[in-house]
Amino acid sequence: MPRLLEVRDLAVHYESGAGAPVAAARGVTLDVEAGEAVGLLGESGCGKTTLLLALLGLLPPSARVVAGEVRFRGRDLLAMGPSEMRRLRGAEIAIVFQDPALALNPVRRVGAQVAEVARAHRDQGARRCREDAVAMLAEVGFAEPARIAQAYPHELSGGQRQRVVIAQALVCRPALLLADEPTASLDSTAQAELRALLGVLQRRLGLAILMASHDLGALSALSRRLLVMYAGAIVEEGTPAQVLGDPLHPYTRGLSRAYPRPVTIPGARASPLAPIPGAPPDLSRPAPGCAFEPRCAQRQAVCIERVPAAVQPAEGRHVRCVLYD
Amino acid sequence: MTEAPLLRARGLTKRYHRRRASPGTRAVDALVGVDLTLARGATIALVGQSGSGKSTLARCLARLEQPTSGAIDFDGADVSALGGTRLRAFRRQVQLVLQDAAAALSPRLRAAEIVGEPLEILAQGTRAERRRRALELMETVGLPPTLADRRPLELSGGQRQRLSLARALAVQPRLLILDEAFTGLDASIQAQMAALLQDLRRQRNLTYLLVSHDLALMSVLADEVAIMFEGRIVERQEATRLFMAPEHAHTRALVAAVPPLPPAPEAVEGGPAAR
Repeated sequence: MPRLLEVRDLAVHYESGAGAPVAAARGVTLDVEAGEAVGLLGESGCGKTTLLLALLGLLPPSARVVAGEVRFRGRDLLAMGPSEMRRLRGAEIAIVFQDPALALNPVRRVGAQVAEVARAHRDQGARRCREDAVAMLAEVGFAEPARIAQAYPHELSGGQRQRVVIAQALVCRPALLLADEPTASLDSTAQAELRALLGVLQRRLGLAILMASHDLGALSALSRRLLVMYAGAIVEEGTPAQVLGDPLHPYTRGLSRAYPRPVTIPGARASPLAPIPGAPPDLSRPAPGCAFEPRCAQRQAVCIERVPAAVQPAEGRHVRCVLYD
Repeated sequence: MTEAPLLRARGLTKRYHRRRASPGTRAVDALVGVDLTLARGATIALVGQSGSGKSTLARCLARLEQPTSGAIDFDGADVSALGGTRLRAFRRQVQLVLQDAAAALSPRLRAAEIVGEPLEILAQGTRAERRRRALELMETVGLPPTLADRRPLELSGGQRQRLSLARALAVQPRLLILDEAFTGLDASIQAQMAALLQDLRRQRNLTYLLVSHDLALMSVLADEVAIMFEGRIVERQEATRLFMAPEHAHTRALVAAVPPLPPAPEAVEGGPAAR
């Protein structure tokens, strides 16, 4: 049986006027199994969003896939025509974004907005679609789904709106949910609720989730595997505990050390956040070597000469760094 | 004897009246009898969810909003009723740095002009002197002179936040209020900002009030954390005790919402020398 999602050596370029194209994704290879939650950790501009958009053929006109393969249940997504892709989006793969206020129509009731997704993909009447919408609103944790269905987006809190968006995404029971910073616009308690909800939906619906975020907590709570992205490439892969507690790549080590860890041992002092010196590279001028080399505490002479290949130093772990060659 | 605090607010309330209020809607009490003391040289964090009143409190303390009632002492003198020249003198001592530096900075000015503008408003120095001072301040916050003629939108988010900080420092304030100044920045950039604030505090004898919704971050940056909920400070705790012994129910809810992380990996050094 083919894998749910297979991405091989995907590269995406943005055209930037007369200048050199920006290599926003470079040689991205990843798999997502059915029912599995995978986290994509990276900072702004590392290519997380570009990668998710590329999977669904939603890249803006200035961007294009220049190399690689994307297969979903064995089907080649990059070769799909627009109408075939439209049938797939929402029905088999859905995507949710950071800001639920932008994803919802402000002048339509939210129940109708969930129902219209069912209407677009299912051969069934309007009434049945409305019933499916209300059932889905219950599934995402609304205690009074019929009442919520009658609400307009502005009558709901940010956390409630994000749940409506998730109901929209899941009403046709897709096998894979792509989520781009789904918790970023929410208050901390609403973030915690959403993290818990995504975990519940993943188990109950057998849903696979590929979630991009810079929220370490959200990713480590939800994902079985974590991929770390830097400057358009995946530099490390492992379980959250491995990647965050025992990282292999110097970037992952630096990133993990930059996150706050509240003091939970009596008498202990807070360890200061450890900054990574410098800034990410300009992706319109890719260096021949490792993209992290200028900021790396462990760099070696060879690092400026070639991009390291991905190696597997242990079962389930991958890293792109000459330290492990 | 301990020194008098830099700032002491007592019984601050702020009531907003809704314009065009429909029948039945009442005024909104954004602050309800808030007391807050900031010791000299301390870093205090004000943490709460959106709508808890933390930004209103920050703006009242900076006298950008007039509290409905209550008193604010700064450096031992009551500043809650100041006006005119003396209010302007007070505002130089208390500077506010906001979350969205892109919105707070004029998009038409260049970086060095933005930093030098407060000096221009105060009619300090010649044009050349102000530019030199602006470049010094930019260097202080880690912005190289090569960025002096960039406009805000040509800078990264982290660089814009540093630029806001340099502008706030131009008038040599004693209290810096950073309202969600870390929000939206990547973790590695937040850590750079935190290190910079630490250095500045030592060099310039600054006192910080950090306003944020991010309890985990504030617990490692601040000496003490005050939790705001529905216009009140419901708890104030030493930052290192907060996650072990949260007292108020709302604090407990905020603490519970922070997902645990594996312990931080050790630093590994040595490499650049090998080149």
